[in-house]
Amino acid sequence: MLSFLGKRAVASGISLVGLILLVFFLSRLTGDPTGLYLPLDASEESRNQFREIHGLNDPLIVQFFHYMGDLIRLDFGESIRRAEPAIDVVLRGFSWTLQLAAITMTLVVAMAIVVGSLAAYYIGGIFDRIATFFSLIGASAPDFWVAIVAIVVFSVTLGWVPTSGTGTVWHWILPISVLFIRPFGLIVQVVRGSMITALGSAYVKTARAKGVKMRPIVFVHALRNALLPVITVIGDQAAALLNGAVVIETIFGFPGVGKLMIDSILQRDFTVVLAAIMVTAMAIFLMNILIDVLYSILDPRIRY
Amino acid sequence: MDKRLLDVRNLSVDFHTSHGTVHAVRDVSWHLERGETLAILGESGSGKSVSASAILNLIDMPPGEITSGEILFEGEDLLQMSGERRRKLNGHRIAMIFQDPLSHLNPVYSIGFQIAETMTAHGISKSETRARTIELLERVGIPEAATKVDAYPHQFSGGQRQRIMIAMALALKPDILIADEPTTALDVTVQAQILALLEELQEETGMGLLLITHDLGVVAEIADRVVVMNSGQIVETGTAHEVYHNPQHPYTQNLIAAVPGDGDLAEQVDASVQPILEISDLAKHYGGFVALEGASLTVLPGESVAIVGESGSGKSTLAKTLLRLEEATSGQALFEGKDLLSMSAKEMFDIRRDIQMVFQDPTQSLNPRMSIYDIISEAFVIHPNILPKKQWKARVCELLEQVGLKAEHIHRYPHQFSGGQRQRIAIARALALEPKLIICDEAVSALDVSIQAQVLALLTDLQAQLGLSYLFIAHDLPLVRDFAHRVIVMKRGKIVEQGPVEQIFEAPREDYTRNLIAASLSPDPAEQARRRRALRDMERHPA
Repeated sequence: MLSFLGKRAVASGISLVGLILLVFFLSRLTGDPTGLYLPLDASEESRNQFREIHGLNDPLIVQFFHYMGDLIRLDFGESIRRAEPAIDVVLRGFSWTLQLAAITMTLVVAMAIVVGSLAAYYIGGIFDRIATFFSLIGASAPDFWVAIVAIVVFSVTLGWVPTSGTGTVWHWILPISVLFIRPFGLIVQVVRGSMITALGSAYVKTARAKGVKMRPIVFVHALRNALLPVITVIGDQAAALLNGAVVIETIFGFPGVGKLMIDSILQRDFTVVLAAIMVTAMAIFLMNILIDVLYSILDPRIRY
Repeated sequence: MDKRLLDVRNLSVDFHTSHGTVHAVRDVSWHLERGETLAILGESGSGKSVSASAILNLIDMPPGEITSGEILFEGEDLLQMSGERRRKLNGHRIAMIFQDPLSHLNPVYSIGFQIAETMTAHGISKSETRARTIELLERVGIPEAATKVDAYPHQFSGGQRQRIMIAMALALKPDILIADEPTTALDVTVQAQILALLEELQEETGMGLLLITHDLGVVAEIADRVVVMNSGQIVETGTAHEVYHNPQHPYTQNLIAAVPGDGDLAEQVDASVQPILEISDLAKHYGGFVALEGASLTVLPGESVAIVGESGSGKSTLAKTLLRLEEATSGQALFEGKDLLSMSAKEMFDIRRDIQMVFQDPTQSLNPRMSIYDIISEAFVIHPNILPKKQWKARVCELLEQVGLKAEHIHRYPHQFSGGQRQRIAIARALALEPKLIICDEAVSALDVSIQAQVLALLTDLQAQLGLSYLFIAHDLPLVRDFAHRVIVMKRGKIVEQGPVEQIFEAPREDYTRNLIAASLSPDPAEQARRRRALRDMERHPA
């Protein structure tokens, strides 16, 4: 297990360096930030001074090595826009995103597993039909559209919840609900399919022959076997949320890492873009490890 | 209590499928007494398992439907009881074990949990179950039960898994144990042990044992009475002895006649010619594990050489290394004088024409989305120099007729054929390239006895017509006895004995071979009783 973790860490480290390389040089292609930060009539002298302060005068390759040198000392650089360490800005945004993702995914997983399992157990019945109908709609609904319609209906027309921002519990309801829909629909479908296979399996027949009750048959015998493919999809969906639900955060003015990334790209705040990418990549790496560990907990045949 | 333990009366079960309604069981009546072993004998599709599934409420409805009849358990009709009452009987009063214990045990829970569950499902508190579980494991012969109780199904051998299933089923000392093909997936020696265990446990508890099987040998070994089923109906009932010696119904007569093991032995082929295949010192190691070691054998033109042995004996590894599906660790395999194991890929490609393979399960080895024409003519696509495309169709028709199928079925798909017909298709595919040697890996073991006999007769005919050689990998000794010229016995990766079929079966030199032969079951209850005595003697006084 430890050597497995070691190998995974090395592999992730290599891809992280590749990612930094790519983003560092690509983001430079968007142009010089100087024009964005100084007034249009700023003198060439002050422009030069700005570039000097932010190290933009050096050749690109020298800038890169400076950046990497700082990075080894865990210095992610300063945000041009906010004049504070980039990592602080990113972690602030990431903590918002993390909360949003954690709450959403907990709700999604708990509800999708119950709904999907019951749909599989009552296959072809009325519950199954309703669940399948709504989960298909959920899985295929475009979230930006749902978000805007939700704002129009629940905030503007009915006035139940605020349109955007943060501050009260009420601010969280719309973003969570909108983010919930697609992963929920998708995971219900996967759980249902996987559970149909598991419930038709030979070991479930054995359990029935033993006189095991319906609930343990579904949620003890079948579910644990059915969860393996489900966990892969859960991990995938959670990763998407951790990356920052860019569209949703922007629509709801939610100060998460997704919105931060978009803003920083537009503002050519390179250090923040890079720090945000490293933080989310790290989070996704940790989550993948968690999923691998979960696999081996759920299935004793899987050993690393 | 003069009521019968279990009394099935006029039971009919239909299955409503997309291809129409199948009458799986039609007006079937039988009964089971305490302490008795009743066998339901039938081939695949005979409906032999359906009435057992009905007893335990395991038939999914829909698609299943019980259209008539009653199942009386101690005089009370199970079919009229509530689902909850039936659940309480399952596992407590009536228990069941199945054919394939690996898939019937839940892979993600420890065996201890699964055995204890039989008890907790019926109201025994968890704290009491552990000691009882260990006791049960010891009773069914699992070594180191106290530590193995926390292990998982994949950590046991096939025979041990079936013992675990038995422990699970007998946890609450049920009145009835239903065993659905309990030994079909097991080696003969393990089969003998499991049947002996079932018999012992029955004597101990006085339960009624309902045994569902296709194997007349199992019936002869253990059953008091037997019910013979064919296409959903009972064709014959009687004691095991009566049914074997004096079968009334033509179906039963045919079934008994088809049982292998008493046919004429094949005459040896002329040994003065150059062998077609000469294997010497073949070995295959996986890391430190020795799967095959020092294997040497020859196959003559027109000869059938059988390789027998229990699972894990290395017989399939031998075939795989021969075909270079796995690379051999060392050794030589000369095919017509050329070494298969050191050949270049190009030479190997040419020689694959001459060596073909027929696999165990034709359902899996035939691509379900290809028509029979596509499946057989694919050989000509891969080896384009054999036949001009214009003649493919005529040749495929010819091959189909050669294996006893109709040429007009050429555009059908594999699922439209029965198991035996599918294996014929697989043989036609192998013949398409006019091979000299066909490797049959358990080629008939998935088939019903009567179909087995037909397919073997086909292989023998083809050998006479075309001068083919067969390397016939099998675990079923009576079958090998009727088919092979020479027999090679393998054990744990090594050849322990080889010789003409007569010598192996009539004067085996090795204990291992003797054990294998003694453990294989005879369909004749009297003969089987004799063999059992011989086997016990052998255990008591090993030579």
